[in-house]
Amino acid sequence: MRYEYYSNLALVSSVVVYALAMFAHAAEWAAARRIQQTAPATSELVDVAVDVRAESPTMRAESVESRDQPTNSRSLRVEQFGRMGVGLTIIGFLLSVAGVLLRALAAHRAPWGNMFEFTITAMVFIVGAYLVMLWRTGVRWLGLPVTLLATVGNGLAVTVFYVAVAPLVPALHSVWFLIHIVAAAISGAAFNVGGLMSILFLIKKRAEDRGSVPGYLEQLPSSRKIDLIAYRFLAFAFPLWTFTVVAGAIWAEYAWGRYWGWDPKETWALVTWVIYAGYLHARSTAGWRGTRAAVIAIIGVASFWFNFIGINLLVSGLHSYAGI
Amino acid sequence: MTAIKTPQSAAESSGPPPRADLPQLGWRGGLRYLWAQLTSMRTALILLFALALAAIPGSLVPQRRISPVRVSDFINEHPTLGPIYDKIGMFNVYSSPWFSAIYLMLFVSLIGCIIPRLGVYTKALRARPPKTPRNLVRLPAYAHADLSDGDRDVLERAAFALRRRHYRVDVHADSVAAERGYLREAGNLVFHIGLVFVLIGVAIGALFGFRGTSVVIVGQGFSNNLTQYDDFSAGGRFTEADLAPFSVRVRDFDVKFETGPVQRGAARLFRANVEVTERPGAASRKEVLEVNKPLRIHGTTVHLIGHGYAPKITVKDAEGNVAFSGPVVMLPQDNNFTSLGTIKAPDARPERLAFEALFLPTAVLNDQGPHSIFPDALNPALFANVWYGPPKVETGKPENVYSLDATGLTQLKQGDGQPVRIALKMGDGVNLPNGKGSIQLDGWVRWVKLQIGDTPGVPISLAALGFAVVGLCLSLFVRPRRVWIRVREGEEGHRVLEVGGLDRADARAGLTDDVAELAAELSRRPEDVSAT
Repeated sequence: MRYEYYSNLALVSSVVVYALAMFAHAAEWAAARRIQQTAPATSELVDVAVDVRAESPTMRAESVESRDQPTNSRSLRVEQFGRMGVGLTIIGFLLSVAGVLLRALAAHRAPWGNMFEFTITAMVFIVGAYLVMLWRTGVRWLGLPVTLLATVGNGLAVTVFYVAVAPLVPALHSVWFLIHIVAAAISGAAFNVGGLMSILFLIKKRAEDRGSVPGYLEQLPSSRKIDLIAYRFLAFAFPLWTFTVVAGAIWAEYAWGRYWGWDPKETWALVTWVIYAGYLHARSTAGWRGTRAAVIAIIGVASFWFNFIGINLLVSGLHSYAGI
Repeated sequence: MTAIKTPQSAAESSGPPPRADLPQLGWRGGLRYLWAQLTSMRTALILLFALALAAIPGSLVPQRRISPVRVSDFINEHPTLGPIYDKIGMFNVYSSPWFSAIYLMLFVSLIGCIIPRLGVYTKALRARPPKTPRNLVRLPAYAHADLSDGDRDVLERAAFALRRRHYRVDVHADSVAAERGYLREAGNLVFHIGLVFVLIGVAIGALFGFRGTSVVIVGQGFSNNLTQYDDFSAGGRFTEADLAPFSVRVRDFDVKFETGPVQRGAARLFRANVEVTERPGAASRKEVLEVNKPLRIHGTTVHLIGHGYAPKITVKDAEGNVAFSGPVVMLPQDNNFTSLGTIKAPDARPERLAFEALFLPTAVLNDQGPHSIFPDALNPALFANVWYGPPKVETGKPENVYSLDATGLTQLKQGDGQPVRIALKMGDGVNLPNGKGSIQLDGWVRWVKLQIGDTPGVPISLAALGFAVVGLCLSLFVRPRRVWIRVREGEEGHRVLEVGGLDRADARAGLTDDVAELAAELSRRPEDVSAT
């Protein structure tokens, strides 16, 4: 009982901290916007800025460090807000990891038995992947969308999806419980990050096509780079999702006596799979690359979410257990 | 028949299609045109999205194969929409002609895509890396380094270094050409061929497999022949002789439900202890049958997929003779196992008797009427209406054991015209009004629903899926790359090592680093290398 209490405490705190991190990143973007207004003062400044953008997108602040005083202090503010956001994100991440671990201790089992537990675990994977990328390649421009997703995700989990700790129904007593759900959580996390990037890609691409990139979008790398990173996430997620569906089919044979029964959850897993297969094909088809492929990736993540939330709450099927 | 250049192949060449003098397509040309259209990537994309879209209605509209009851409810609730849906196959989406058409076309397109690529790939397997381009500077990645004068074997070292990095290497007079990543296309082909074999496995399962269910009262048994099945479906190539002659006796069945405050009533344990006899006359062995732990008997699987209550009833007729005695299987209607069934006593004399009964494991009677509030049998009770009528001629026609066919029967009513309602607790018995007889609730037992089936072809599908996933990973993560290294004679006998690289799939990182690293490594003299 105590574990459960502290788990909930940690998760609610993580929502608050993620929200603060999101505000810090929003402030970072907003501050960067003002830099753009002063930036094109001299031609030399623009050149350097362009160079730096190509090299390391997040280090914009450094590019203007040697400039005149007002810009300097503004860019310093960008950097401060950014670091604040990252620091808060790390705290939120630790809190949500603690929440998941305490939940597991409270339930005496792997914490993946219902929507609430699945969501908090997937959020750990998403934010964890972001932090690793931040450390390795410096993608602070992802901070705002990732903290937004983490706030919404954990927020939904603790308010709408919440169920108290309970043992599992017999259908879930299987090793496939671990395999199937972990694979689903990781690939779901990667689909979500890929989807966020595809949205950023569309925004950035539109600005680039118009020829005027506002200051806050300068935080982002070029649309081509975003597209590549999104592709890497989705190319990682797709085989894992394939495995998730196959593992689910094998488990379904053990638990329900058939590999594939067109249960709504199974159907939507297949729909999601087909959409991402379409995405991979679109990326290698002339005329579908870029914008259209990004739209397909966003449809894919939408179908993932519908499968996760819509099917559990609206449609009755074999995957609806534990009340929610 | 002359060779015809199809518009498709014309469109694929760089120039605009020569519309004006387009040769007339013969039937063969027409077929080739169709084939080219069907196997193009664009068509594959459209078919993929069509498949995704077509699969959706089946998840939102009730499906006959999954729950026929909800389909008939739907038709009753939507008198205009229901029949239309029925006509266009909305209740059988996954076996409907339009759904089948989409996935069959997708697979034809897939095969049409695989075959030519297999040919191309077998050639590529033996292909040598392309010759070194004249201008390495123009490649996406380029690095150069000065060579010391004495370094004559740099190209050999380059070839060695590239081979160690798993490149296929050709050494030319003043340059080395290398390529790697052939497995990418192999993985791609394996993945797509794997999908075809998945479908083949599924088709074999559908042709030769069978599946059926049987309700078995605890203490009784099931023997594997067609008469013992409650429902049964099999593929076109299945024959009754394929049924293995085993039998299963259910010795007892443990069920536990959550009694705590969270998820009260959720199932926590289902465990049946069974005795399996592999063939008549063989010794039986004890097994435990649980959810997630099916029995496998000679390739046939036996799953535990449901359970319920069978109240034990004794019915006596007006003459005082026992007209019926034994457990009656009742079907659960909700999560708390409010169970519905029919007790029939056709041998009661002078009039036969029948009861429409509700068995409630934890009975509560309030203004909602009798219902159960917990799935376990904590306070079991039976509620029933009574019907009577003249004895029926034995026709031998099968009738539904779960529902009452009221033809020839009259409902027993009280003096005020209200139907007689019987409520029985455990061990209770009541005499029916007007001396029609009596009914007694002796106790209850559980029944389990066994699913017996065999799906041959599954090993094929499963192996194909395994290969497909591995192939998919190869096709996504292997990076095809070409590297060329050249030694250029500069002014005054000065020699320069040039390294150029090209990635053949996008989304790969590190080309520039690799090229620079190669240039640095090779421009060092061998003694420098050994010194580090």
